[in-house]
Amino acid sequence: YTIIIYLSYPIYLSIMRGVLSSIMASGQQWVLVEMVQAFYEAPAYHLILEGILILWIIRLLFSKTYKLHETYKLTENEKEDLIEEWQPEPLVPTLSKDHPSLSYDIVTGSPSHKIIINGKECINFASFNFLGLLDNERVKQKALSSLKKYGVGTCGPRGFYGTFDVHLELESRLANFMQTEEAIIYSYGFATIASAIPAYSKRGDIIFVDEAACFSIQKGLQASRSFIKYFKHNDMKDLERLLKEQDLEDQKNPRKARVTRKFIVVEGLFINTADICPLPELVKLKYKYKVRIFLEESMSFGVLGEHGRGVTEHFGVNIDDIDLISANMENAVATVGGFCCGRSFVIDHQRLSGQGYCFSASLPPMLAAAAIEALNIMEEDPGNRSFFNDCLNVALCLCDRIPGLRLEGEPFAPALHLQLEKSSGSREADMKLLRSIIDYCLNRNVALTLARYLEKEERFLPTPSIRVVVTVQQTEEEIQKAVSCIVEAASVLLQ
Amino acid sequence: MTESSVNKLLNGDSCRRTSNGLKTSKNGFVKNHCLLQQPHKYRRPRDKNPNVPHNPSLYKKPFVESFEETPLMVAVLTYMGYGILTIFGYLRDFLRQWNIEKRHIARERDEQKDFVPLYQDFENFYNRNLYIRIRDNWNRPVCSVPGPKMDLIERSTPNYNWTFEYTGRVLKDVLNLGSYNYLGFAENKGPCADAAIEATQAYGVGVGSTRCEMGNLDIHEELEQLVARFLGVESSMAFGMGFATNSMNIPALTGKGCLILSDELNHASLVLGARLSSSTIRVFKHNNMQSLEKLLRDAIVHGQPRTHRPWKKILIVVEGIYSMEGSIVRLPEIIALKKHYKAYLYLDEAHSIGALGPNGKGVVDYFGLDPKDVDIMMGTFTKSFGAAGGYIGGKKELIDYLRCHSHSAVYATSMSPPVAQQIITSMKIIMGEDGTTLGADRLRQLHENTTYFRRKLHDMGLIIYGNEDSPVIPMMLYMPAKIGAFGRQMLKKNIGIVGVGFPATPIIESRARFCVSAAHTREMLNTALDAINEVGDLLQLKYSRRERPLPSLGWMSDESLLKD
Repeated sequence: YTIIIYLSYPIYLSIMRGVLSSIMASGQQWVLVEMVQAFYEAPAYHLILEGILILWIIRLLFSKTYKLHETYKLTENEKEDLIEEWQPEPLVPTLSKDHPSLSYDIVTGSPSHKIIINGKECINFASFNFLGLLDNERVKQKALSSLKKYGVGTCGPRGFYGTFDVHLELESRLANFMQTEEAIIYSYGFATIASAIPAYSKRGDIIFVDEAACFSIQKGLQASRSFIKYFKHNDMKDLERLLKEQDLEDQKNPRKARVTRKFIVVEGLFINTADICPLPELVKLKYKYKVRIFLEESMSFGVLGEHGRGVTEHFGVNIDDIDLISANMENAVATVGGFCCGRSFVIDHQRLSGQGYCFSASLPPMLAAAAIEALNIMEEDPGNRSFFNDCLNVALCLCDRIPGLRLEGEPFAPALHLQLEKSSGSREADMKLLRSIIDYCLNRNVALTLARYLEKEERFLPTPSIRVVVTVQQTEEEIQKAVSCIVEAASVLLQ
Repeated sequence: MTESSVNKLLNGDSCRRTSNGLKTSKNGFVKNHCLLQQPHKYRRPRDKNPNVPHNPSLYKKPFVESFEETPLMVAVLTYMGYGILTIFGYLRDFLRQWNIEKRHIARERDEQKDFVPLYQDFENFYNRNLYIRIRDNWNRPVCSVPGPKMDLIERSTPNYNWTFEYTGRVLKDVLNLGSYNYLGFAENKGPCADAAIEATQAYGVGVGSTRCEMGNLDIHEELEQLVARFLGVESSMAFGMGFATNSMNIPALTGKGCLILSDELNHASLVLGARLSSSTIRVFKHNNMQSLEKLLRDAIVHGQPRTHRPWKKILIVVEGIYSMEGSIVRLPEIIALKKHYKAYLYLDEAHSIGALGPNGKGVVDYFGLDPKDVDIMMGTFTKSFGAAGGYIGGKKELIDYLRCHSHSAVYATSMSPPVAQQIITSMKIIMGEDGTTLGADRLRQLHENTTYFRRKLHDMGLIIYGNEDSPVIPMMLYMPAKIGAFGRQMLKKNIGIVGVGFPATPIIESRARFCVSAAHTREMLNTALDAINEVGDLLQLKYSRRERPLPSLGWMSDESLLKD
């Protein structure tokens, strides 16, 4: 560059001189004339050299900027080598042969009150068949007559000829049952809350969630891409602290706060802990901090409250104060699918925005028909009081009587957790120990199950536990038998 | 604007068109080193010429797919239509705001008026002002088997579709061109229904537990063994919902540091699954092998963004038949690519399983390929099998892994027994294991119907998209108003069709979609064709500028059939 500039210096000078002088002394034609004369007098090699230099400068000025990384550009052969070299990880990691989930227990026939597991008939303390409707003859008959009318599948999503009169009837029946304005059904329980949350909460919104929230809520949160703030399980002080923090934040930036939606997502009865959420306090916080509440009631629907309407009825909370209630129909209702209910203003939005609703085939009509009949039975005989007592009974029996095991959850919850009082230190060993208790009971015709979790995927992994499910069909003797069986197993295996 | 409900407006299946597709890069990509011979530029998917396979040597039979270009005049008019709609939308929103026009939409309760609004007002603009006006074309309630003919409950609206009332009358025997009943197994009589009845009596309808806990019934095991045999893979697993099969299993297969290459028109469930997996997602142009190969090369050469570590694994996610385009995946080329670049392939056969191939075994069968070349075979039972749910098939290690790590296996209730039984029976019929040729007949019938219906529509001068063997037949309407008009006119003629518009399709490419079934008789198809012909003239839908075959003698005789 220096050389170039040095060489081209004379011509710069002459040009500059020319320009300057022509500006400074307009009319003084002699300067230009002098320049032209100098041009003629200059030796030819000089002119050629300067001409080349000018071209060179122009090229430099107009050529692309110099890019550092271009020098590192790979050649095609290098790329080929890289492609050749690259070795992906295997599609799935290899599992150890004795992974506990590899050999599922096989159930033969109906998984109802009496269940045949691996060829052995047991009393079922494992399926979420709370109201015993799974093998109810009326439900079966209704399902059959629907099957004879509509066939099995719907062959389409709700929008495209997948809406059947049965679906409409079930939706209005559910809305009636829950005493809300509207209900919407999904064809799969897991997809219900997982689709409902992202239908409302978007990027930039804030969701306050209980740490013990179940996996489908966690997936819904993830799909919503909102800010997630976890509060300690059932700890209203912790929740209020978070809400206050957010309130301060909002005051700092009111413009943003005006468009940031806020939600609290909780379960009615937590499936992972068998605890009940403190709904009245939540409602107070809702109005204090202007946050909407979404309530997942899969465990409590059909179980809690005088008519089985769930936690709202249990606490006597006005159901309109809850913005959205979601539950699956796979537990108490003993069919397949899920539903959301609430005010039309809220629920109707899902008909275009609930992914699991819009883009999935609708619920087979026979399963919807079964749900309608189950609702009929629940309405005719709200036997929930006695069921409630059953649960209490089981809980009382289990409480404090089993050496080495601890009962977790509300005494009236239908699905309780038995945890080890003293962990052996490793999760795997704990699971094995609990599994041995279950096997002991299985051999004595009592079917229990481990509560299964995806250990790496759970946000807060629950403690290993045996799940004990209470149903209305279990008699006093059967419960006594089960309890004594567990006590026996625990005293044999945990000493 | 936040992700709005508009995105799902005029609900449809596949709802994704990304505009961030790759630009035709100036410097091109490697010409000599690429696996597939490629032209110098990307072929635009909406090319005028029918898409010629880029590498014909990989195909055993001609692969004909056509996407006729939108006529310019039509495009201009369509945009104008949207413009007018938008202006009127604003006008009416203004009138509603001042209570000059009555507001029908549900409103927030008074106690919560001071909360942050649940919806952004703008979100629902198209919903209020466009979708509502034609929404009588969707969600029509069915009250019979969704077979070749169905009964619809008549609805009327006193307020331009804001609310519906049921008149109590039933529209009998509406010809069904909307349900995905490809093989006609949506039946309430016959072997499938009988078997399902027995299963209901034996098992009940629910299960009440997950596969991992207490919901692994013998019928599920039987189903999975049958599915594996049907697909020709080592092992398989069945799930209770097709949508969830995608959205809950992709996260089990890939994670951080993995790359998902996804077709731009993939179904919402695949998109959701990819998103939940927290892998990096890159989108290639629809069925465009150059676009895919460039992404593959770049991914392997450059590694992960910023860290430049190599990707842990690369998963290509495609569908068998794309339900909005009627196109069939270029599987032979994809398999060649995946082998060369050591990527894994996830094939979603939601629409193609049962509907394609000489044995009804989907795209793999259609192209005569080895199912072992596809790492993850996914499909649904909703369509061809007339049931519900989905499956994943593949190597034993894969399925074993899913049994332990699939979200569905651990947290979701297992499949309802009668549904499982319906699948078992219908699948056995397709395989001919019931000792009859009923399955083979249905497959042949479906193929014949597809070819006949497509040819006739094409001959009428309508623009039809997709592969000539695909039983999903999108017919272009372009203008949103024509979705409503076409749907209503066809219903008047007692034919039920599906209309799809933005955002399930690009904004100017609204379309009607026909799904041909093996259960349709020639007579039914002729009735439908006749009606489409008439309505097509009425609404000026015959946009095609391709040369139509001269009415030859053979065609005339068919024509006379049409008149019958």
